[in-house]
Amino acid sequence: MKTLRDVRIGESARVVKVHGQGNIRRRVMDMGITKNVEIFVRKVAPLGDPIEVNLRGYELSLRKDDAEIIEVN
Amino acid sequence: MSITIAVAGNPNSGKTTLFNALTGSNQYVGNWPGVTVEKKEGILIGHPEVVLVDLPGIYSLSTNSLEEELARDYLLESNPDAIINIVDGTNLERNLYLTTQLAELGIPMVLAVNMMDEVEKSGAKIDGAALGNAFGVQVVEISALRETQIDELARIATQAAQKKGHFLPLHRFSGGVEHALGHIEEVALHQQPEHKQRWYAVKLFERNELVEAELSLSAELKAHIEQDIRQCELEYDDDSDSIIAAERYNFIEEVLEKVTVRKKAGEMSPSDRIDRIVTNRWLALPIFAAMMFLVYYISVNTVGATMTEWTNDRLFGQIILPTISGALADWGVAGWLQGLLVDGIMAGVGSVLSFLPQMVVLFLFLGLLEFSGYMARVAFIMDRMFRKFGLSGKSFIPMLIGSGCSVPAIMAARTIENEHDRRMTVITTSFIPCGAKLPVIAMIAGAFFGGKGWVAFGAYFLGIAAVVISGIILKKTPLFQGEAAPFVMELPAYRWPSLKNIFVTTWDRVSSFVKKASTIILLAAIVIWFVTYFGWVDGQFRMLQSGQIDQSIVAAIGNAIAWIFKPLGWGEWRPVVAALSGLVAKETVVSSFGIFYGFGEVAEGGQEIWSSLRAAFSPLSATSFLIFVLLSAPCIATISSIRREMNSAAWTSFAIGYMTSIGYSVALMVYQLGTWLQGGAFSAWTGIALALLGLMLWLLFRPSPKAGSALKRAKAGARG
Repeated sequence: MKTLRDVRIGESARVVKVHGQGNIRRRVMDMGITKNVEIFVRKVAPLGDPIEVNLRGYELSLRKDDAEIIEVN
Repeated sequence: MSITIAVAGNPNSGKTTLFNALTGSNQYVGNWPGVTVEKKEGILIGHPEVVLVDLPGIYSLSTNSLEEELARDYLLESNPDAIINIVDGTNLERNLYLTTQLAELGIPMVLAVNMMDEVEKSGAKIDGAALGNAFGVQVVEISALRETQIDELARIATQAAQKKGHFLPLHRFSGGVEHALGHIEEVALHQQPEHKQRWYAVKLFERNELVEAELSLSAELKAHIEQDIRQCELEYDDDSDSIIAAERYNFIEEVLEKVTVRKKAGEMSPSDRIDRIVTNRWLALPIFAAMMFLVYYISVNTVGATMTEWTNDRLFGQIILPTISGALADWGVAGWLQGLLVDGIMAGVGSVLSFLPQMVVLFLFLGLLEFSGYMARVAFIMDRMFRKFGLSGKSFIPMLIGSGCSVPAIMAARTIENEHDRRMTVITTSFIPCGAKLPVIAMIAGAFFGGKGWVAFGAYFLGIAAVVISGIILKKTPLFQGEAAPFVMELPAYRWPSLKNIFVTTWDRVSSFVKKASTIILLAAIVIWFVTYFGWVDGQFRMLQSGQIDQSIVAAIGNAIAWIFKPLGWGEWRPVVAALSGLVAKETVVSSFGIFYGFGEVAEGGQEIWSSLRAAFSPLSATSFLIFVLLSAPCIATISSIRREMNSAAWTSFAIGYMTSIGYSVALMVYQLGTWLQGGAFSAWTGIALALLGLMLWLLFRPSPKAGSALKRAKAGARG
């Protein structure tokens, strides 16, 4: 399964499904990460984590561990 | 008849600016009951019968975070007459997500599309009327910053509230989902008021446990609904909560297609260009260090220190105090009253107020960081490091500000979303040496260590170590566990901060501090004066002359409790009372020693008393004393800020108790182990010190109890 964590900087991907449970799942969906949305991975923070992505016209940051629950193609 | 209108919207949508514009100075800032979240209420300008309630900035009405829970509970239970939903015109897609949820509540709503000035500049266009039609609400296009259309918004919102109707949400999802929702409404909700049915239907579809409990559905009914949901999930190949989220966004996308002309996607906005440098892999840390150093340098070193000195020495010392004492003497005011006014009130209150200029500068910087958008970048950069010891990336700013003064630092903790992180930051921020602790450090360094710089460095290091260790230890206790809020954070566009906003916010914070703290400070100053200047001479209770301080009440108190501090190496009334006086203001420790050793006034570093100190302490006991003063309970101004942030006497007591225990334990360990290592005998206290050390190490390195949280995570997964 390819996840958002595997997407390289400067690349885009389309969301297939959001896995996970509880708070993180809810939060991720509320922020617009839903089936079929396109996400662009802009950069990673200087200390290696979190990552910054662009979707739905705004910039979002999330931890690599949390990016793993987002399945992409 | 008063009307209540709730103001709801995403963080960074300009809600604060709007609320300020709508209410002017008629605001009241407090806390939501029992929690550390700020609550703002105000009267709408021009409509004295309308009360505006500012809800916390939220992205959704699901109850992930405390803020969302508060907002949702408020909207469902307190039944405001209308909602003003503020959305960021430059970021409509995500902002409207909350709008679809708010619409389902059936409360009359007005959509305020903010930042229209930026929308125009970017060349994008929004058809407000069409947007309103799609949702069934009225739309007002505003710029809260430039105060355009604000009156219009106030008028329309008031009208909507006065109509007191309910309104039926217009947005529709795709066929399969609507079918399922319709069925749920038919089967389980026909008894509910019409305007609420949609809300309940959606929640039941999402399998929201709270709503299921509230409606007390029979098992049969639940099973029936479950079938509908399953069918839908099969059709859409997705889970029901995810389906709804996707449907909302699909609806929004369709609407925006018809209603806006957008700029090209993928183009770099000015903010992105700035971030290319500011959060660049190599440049970010140096830039960050430079910015933080700038904040520290200007607010603590230069402006802060200069103004504090000026206030203390010139304003109070040379102008105010002599004038007043002179006047009092001229008027022949009674000796004790003179004492009370000059030595008690003015001295006590003065030492606290002298930090006001520094506080103001720090608050201004804080406002600048918040309103420009840089704060989010700080969290982005620092998060990985701070996560390791149980804090948030946003905890960095309070720590930095705490090196100047803890009062603004604690207020700065308000920006931290997660309540556990927020509490933890509030509890540990005071470990960082503030400006008032510097004279104490200078005094000990000067008297015992030749004034070398490494003592100050050690003090900062000690503070940081205490923060880190506390973070790790506390995170492993049940009090601070519970599901960690995910770090899913928006990086808002950089904006030129409105100076007006910064000034208004700074003024709010400073004046609220002065109001809240001045009573306590005044009382404390009077009490301290009384116990210092009154005592027993030859069996008679009377006001003391100078030099008679050993006979004062405070000396008696000090003598009574001095034994507690014997294991720390300084169990004598003078240091004990000096440490106690630090509760008024930490720099009072120096002047207290001055008084005890016969000096009415001492220089900032206490040079006059160094020899007396050397006679009374050894370098080791002096170090232990310094550690205690640095780490234990902060000054009452800070305690009062903690009380206000925590909004709970229990948590405040915990914070103070925790800090004092740490201060006491570390000072004890240093003194006892130091004495032993210097060749002293192994005593019972050495053993106790070792045990304490062992305890601390165990608390630090034990595996974090994870079993509980995995279960909670699974349970929380089923809820909304």
